[in-house]
Amino acid sequence: MSTAKHHHTLDWAAIRADFPILNQKVHGKPLVYLDNAATSQKPLAVMDALRHYYERDNSNVHRGIHELSNRATAGFEAARERTARFLNARAAEEIVFTRGTTESINLVAHSWAGTHLKAGDKILLTEMEHHSNIVPWQLIAERVGAKLLYVPVTGDEGLLDLSRFDKLLKDGVKLFAVTHISNTLGTVNPVADLCRRARERGIVTLVDAAQSAGHCPVDVQTIGCDFLAMSGHKICGPTGIGVLYGRRDRLEEMAPYQGGGEMISHVGFFKTEWNVIPHKFEAGTPDISGAIGLHAAMDYLDKIGRAAIFEHDCELAAYAYERLASLGGIRLFGPKTNHAGLVSFLLDDVHAHDVVTFADRLGVALRGGHHCNQPLMHKLGVESTARASFYFYNTRAEVDRLIEVIGEIRKFFSPKT
Amino acid sequence: MFEDLNDLYQQVILDHSRSPRNFKKLDGANRVAHGHNPLCGDRITVYLHLDGDVISDISFEGSGCAISKASASVMTTTLKGKTIAEAQKMFAQFRQLVTTDKPDGEDIGKLAVFAGVHKFPARVKCAILAWHALVSALEGRPCMVTTEENPTAPKS
Repeated sequence: MSTAKHHHTLDWAAIRADFPILNQKVHGKPLVYLDNAATSQKPLAVMDALRHYYERDNSNVHRGIHELSNRATAGFEAARERTARFLNARAAEEIVFTRGTTESINLVAHSWAGTHLKAGDKILLTEMEHHSNIVPWQLIAERVGAKLLYVPVTGDEGLLDLSRFDKLLKDGVKLFAVTHISNTLGTVNPVADLCRRARERGIVTLVDAAQSAGHCPVDVQTIGCDFLAMSGHKICGPTGIGVLYGRRDRLEEMAPYQGGGEMISHVGFFKTEWNVIPHKFEAGTPDISGAIGLHAAMDYLDKIGRAAIFEHDCELAAYAYERLASLGGIRLFGPKTNHAGLVSFLLDDVHAHDVVTFADRLGVALRGGHHCNQPLMHKLGVESTARASFYFYNTRAEVDRLIEVIGEIRKFFSPKT
Repeated sequence: MFEDLNDLYQQVILDHSRSPRNFKKLDGANRVAHGHNPLCGDRITVYLHLDGDVISDISFEGSGCAISKASASVMTTTLKGKTIAEAQKMFAQFRQLVTTDKPDGEDIGKLAVFAGVHKFPARVKCAILAWHALVSALEGRPCMVTTEENPTAPKS
């Protein structure tokens, strides 16, 4: 990820105007939307693409031979080509459409790990994984008798403790799954280096790019992973569409995921031949409009430039981190430098849940809770944190508003004398 | 300026959350139950001493937001000396109070301070957590109860 200055010519105010939802009041206050790690807002270009599809082209894909079906098929497959370019995959066949990051990981757990792991094999994860990169592995480990190992997290600063990483890899590990950017800590993990070290030992690698794909350049060939999972809705696309990138040879060696139409080439009453990749993993009518909306989202992001977006998000997070730290009486999580565009915090005197309720009434949308990171929370000795997560349409003035609101919250909850 | 917030966080609630009453492990408790809200991580343990069908002593421990802590605290001060049947009736009244804007006509004393919760649907579970644990303790189910009874609840 480059730190070069890319965006001096970008008009961020004009970009923000592409998101009509941001221009509203909630509870009578201007909306300050800082829950982008949960989901992003959608630009007009994405809504226009969905509308155009349903007004002009809607039909089923890969089935009909009429004009609308041809258009829908062309649009759906163009989205696959676009996604391949977005991630720098070698070919469109390496892109499987799913419902989101969670389904992408479940697909790999079921169709690769379910047939390639045996009793005693190990799956290496990290302590900062989202539940969706823990639970699918627990389910498959239980089924095949594999064991889970974890790369530890150093503490509140939220870095992976890599001192024993190579030793962990030696210990019968067959698969290593790691998040690119932590949704709770904002840590950016050195996934290219980690995947290289795993690959040198013949270990299959999966990168959870839910928090990174729309926020910074992501290149599967540079990272060198076997699999990469991402969601559409966190990168300005619609909900319900996600992506699994899989290296061709890995996808070829995998069992089907679900059975049904589309994933077959020939069906008999007792035996069926599978379709080629990636269709083998896409049973049933897919989320065609979702893929088309995702295509528009990727075009939109790359017009701004993901390097510029990353720089913008990180600057906002660094500014928020600095201002929050200066308040005192606050516990901040995640790396002090080089964190991605989010900040997790805990006030000494007000519970995260109360902070989020109060902030909402003042127009500021935050996330409070365990962020689907219960084991990490347990390790850090907290039940929940409040989180502000940024995207390119957020502004420094919104960070200032967050700080002002926290001041009001503290005043409200402090004992009256 | 903060009308709804002032209704939610009444001074009595802020006071109980800062200085919770009966906030300890109860020596000699003969019923215990744990409550957990998996959405926010709040955990509360309710201890009871039942004398026949009378709650002769009650306490709680745990951690949570201002609402869940204050609710547990006010609950313990309300229920000491009440019968099981009275406690269960109060739970039903309390639940109606925090989930609707139509509390039933009866006077429910100090519990009335939680009336503002109904305007904050996301916080109902916080208010009810300790009561779930209480009912579970009364019924002699010591296992962990969760607030997850609503399939449409927000998830992570």
